[in-house]
Amino acid sequence: MDNILQVRDLAVDFTTDIGITKALNGVSFDVPRGQVTAIVGESGSGKSVTANCVMRLIQPPGRIVSGSIQFSPSQGSPFDIVSLADKDPRLHELRGGLISMVFQEPMTALSPVYTIGNQVAEAILCHRDVGKAVAWQEATEMLIRVGIEDIERRMFMYPFEFSGGMRQRVVIAMALVCNPEVLICDEPTTALDVTIQAEVLTLIRDLQHELGNSVLFITHDLGVVAQLADYVVVMYQGRVLEIGTVRQVLKTPMHPYTQGLLQAIPGLARAGERLATIESVVGDADITTPYPLVKLADGRQVSLPPQSTPGGQESE
Amino acid sequence: MRSYVVTRVLGMFPTLAFISLIVFIVIQLPPGDIVTSTLDRMQAQGVEVSAEQVQNLRAQYNLDEPMPIQYLRWAGGFITGDMGYSYLFARPVNELVWERLGFTLIITISALLFTWVVALPLGIYTAVRQYSIGDYVLTTIALIGLATPNFLLALILMYIGYEWFGISIGGLFSPEFQEVPWTWARLRDLLSHLWIPMVVVGLGGTAVTMRILRANLLDELNKPYVVTARAKGVRPIKLILKYPLRIAINPFISTLGLLLPTLISGEAIVSMVLNLPTTGPLLLQALLSQDMYLAGSFLMLLAVLTVVGMLISDLVLAWADPRIRYE
Amino acid sequence: MNDVSIDTGLATATPRQLAWQRFKRHRLALASGIFLLLIYTLAFVCEFIVPYKTDTRNVQAINAPPMSVRFFDMEGNFHLRPFVYGYDMKVNDDTWMREYTDNPDKLYPLRFFTRGESYRFWGFFEFDHHLFVAGQGGYVHLFGTDQLGRDLFSRVFYGARVSLSIGVVGVVMTLVLGVLFGGLAGYLGGLMDRAVQRMIEVLQSLPTLPLWMALSASLPVEWSSIRVYFGVTIILSLFGWTTLARQVRGRFLALREEEFVVAARLIGAGKLRVIFRHMLPSFASHIITTATLAVPGMILGETALSFLGIGLRPPVVSWGVLMQQAQNYQVIVMTPWLLLPGLFVVLTVMAFNLMGDGLRDAADPYSTGGQS
Repeated sequence: MDNILQVRDLAVDFTTDIGITKALNGVSFDVPRGQVTAIVGESGSGKSVTANCVMRLIQPPGRIVSGSIQFSPSQGSPFDIVSLADKDPRLHELRGGLISMVFQEPMTALSPVYTIGNQVAEAILCHRDVGKAVAWQEATEMLIRVGIEDIERRMFMYPFEFSGGMRQRVVIAMALVCNPEVLICDEPTTALDVTIQAEVLTLIRDLQHELGNSVLFITHDLGVVAQLADYVVVMYQGRVLEIGTVRQVLKTPMHPYTQGLLQAIPGLARAGERLATIESVVGDADITTPYPLVKLADGRQVSLPPQSTPGGQESE
Repeated sequence: MRSYVVTRVLGMFPTLAFISLIVFIVIQLPPGDIVTSTLDRMQAQGVEVSAEQVQNLRAQYNLDEPMPIQYLRWAGGFITGDMGYSYLFARPVNELVWERLGFTLIITISALLFTWVVALPLGIYTAVRQYSIGDYVLTTIALIGLATPNFLLALILMYIGYEWFGISIGGLFSPEFQEVPWTWARLRDLLSHLWIPMVVVGLGGTAVTMRILRANLLDELNKPYVVTARAKGVRPIKLILKYPLRIAINPFISTLGLLLPTLISGEAIVSMVLNLPTTGPLLLQALLSQDMYLAGSFLMLLAVLTVVGMLISDLVLAWADPRIRYE
Repeated sequence: MNDVSIDTGLATATPRQLAWQRFKRHRLALASGIFLLLIYTLAFVCEFIVPYKTDTRNVQAINAPPMSVRFFDMEGNFHLRPFVYGYDMKVNDDTWMREYTDNPDKLYPLRFFTRGESYRFWGFFEFDHHLFVAGQGGYVHLFGTDQLGRDLFSRVFYGARVSLSIGVVGVVMTLVLGVLFGGLAGYLGGLMDRAVQRMIEVLQSLPTLPLWMALSASLPVEWSSIRVYFGVTIILSLFGWTTLARQVRGRFLALREEEFVVAARLIGAGKLRVIFRHMLPSFASHIITTATLAVPGMILGETALSFLGIGLRPPVVSWGVLMQQAQNYQVIVMTPWLLLPGLFVVLTVMAFNLMGDGLRDAADPYSTGGQS
């Protein structure tokens, strides 16, 4: 399969006062080219850390301990993101140029003292050798594309004059303006109202169809996954528990934890019934032992004791 | 923006009126007045003074009028540019204050610039390289600078200047330029003397400002918008200058307004130690001899200086931070 | 709830214990606290600590430099009891200045906890024991002497009592004013709030030192030392309360809407009760921090005013008064040890600043030490 990103055995430690926390512990998965891959997990499962690793945004006290992220751009030779030196020009090209990111908090993701136009156009100026006028023009076009109206005036407005949904559109425009090969969305709708959430998701999906880039979508919301994703990676406590197509994982989850997640969705519970909690569903199933991912016949991978997955063979 | 400026400028006037009232009360506080001290002096010399003469003297200085009238007369004169008459020097106050105020202004502004020029890069450095050796060294120096009264610093500099370099530090001019009209040579002489009061007055403020900038910058460094900008591909140095610093500088600008009263205070005392021809020494002299018009004018002018300075710093802040402008 | 004891250490720590633990982590703040405790104690019992009274003159040592305490004499012999060398004085032919050298024949051993000059402890009862005095009819001047032959070491510690207490007394007055005005503005709001805000704005835009000077100069010359002391303290706190008042006001505005305050009001607690029983305790730690950070301003203010000769006046001894002797640079060049009181000012102010920083972090773990 043609994978634009191949994450292998990624491990990240956070050193704090009380010791070392393993935020990621041997994470491996692929992001296929031109598809939407979703990472699902509860808070603290390491999904945002994974995204930050791809952008090389991990800052002390955090540290990438081991592993590799193989990036295969459509032009040029593939390289490992993890082993890039801080001064490597490819790193600069990567951030915002080849891979860009949309963050969770649209309210604080933009600097309050610069105009929208300035901040979006800057992304172009950072990566392409064009004049300010060209950058401004392209920024305007991109902002129109993400649905900002009255653009002539809005370009000169400040973030605090925008609503949350509008700001997230701006952040998306800023991420897409350099036409990146991979778009990482780190819970882009969590901080928004439900109605706005739907609009932003539709926007991301439509733009992905239009531009054909690969998307790594991070969320805790399985409803969003169903709407948007082609592939799903389920994470828990810094490890990957299950990988498969969205159909496989949502229809016939293999891992008890994934099964638990699905049953805990409010929409699936009948009226009057108590909502299932992860604990009540998972019971005493073994979800904390780090079993290696096993590849099943239908292509999905799951982290279970070898004997419970007949016919399975270890992946890589 | 325009309405903000107008409100802010108009708001200055009640403040100044209030300050003038305080200043007037303060200079009326000492028991007795210029007439009683003049009488004391005359009686000490054996001059007999009749009650009638005392009355005349009081009437001449308008001291026989009720307090509110005296205040209005004083404040009114101030507005029209007539600051009264200094009994101590037997000259109009106008003739006495302007040159000294000019020197005060020069020292204060240069100290302010010194504060800026030094505190800004050091504040950035200590924040970006938090917990490095340089950070510890600079933070320690700042702590000591914060705790050292500036007159002590002036004294120490005088000692060092004499012991190590054999020069006497003090004054704003070399003797040969003391009382001559302005020429380029005199200006150069002034500049060669200016750096000592500039450093002495500015150092305490530099320490404060550096620490404030460091704390603010540390607050901002990990804000989401900085991460966004990093993810966008902004290069490291530009990233810090354009994003976190731009926000951290705002409280810095407003501190500058608060710094002015401190700088003017510092200037007053340092001038007395270093024997500079500024407002401080003359104010002390005026206060001690109850030369009310002179002392009052100095207090009022210094207050006007700070209020205007704070106004400027507020306006700069509004210009720098759209959030204030749009409120 | 409190009588259920669980022996898991942290799990039962009260907020105060937690704050103390955070404070202890700041080694510098802790060291500063200990230093302040020490110097306040020394100042409190200074009559006993120092060998001389403030006005005792040693005519054999005018403008004499500091002595060093020795264990080895000039022949290299070790003495178990520390000693000092007396002075040999010679007038320099050129400068007409007194010049002092150590005199090996005048070896004065230091005797501890023994009789010396009698004094009235805090002016109450007569006593004559000192921490140390020079034996064999000698003298000891660890910090040297001034132009009247008075022992600077003794005067520094007597001065500490005045300067340090002005800091505390002044801050107490600041606290009263700040909490009063800030509380009134924040709690009553409306017209009161606007008036206080305006007043704070005006006071903060005044250059303090010239005003202090004006006010100090208006203290009548015939006032007694103690009245001048309180006069100066009041003058210093008159302009110092604004920062605290601003903070208190902000807190009150925020707290006014909190459930527990509303609840207290609803059960019929009076205004004062609500303020003092419910609102003040919830931000007492912030007030303590601000108060600690306000002490240095007071000490520096006193020093500056007395240095200019319009604050405290001799015979009162304070650090500022002592510094006044070192006003011109001939004096500094000839007798640099007269600047020693300044060292004490710097150390004390630094200690207060460091301890205040530590307290702020302890009271509020999320603060990063900004000044605002």
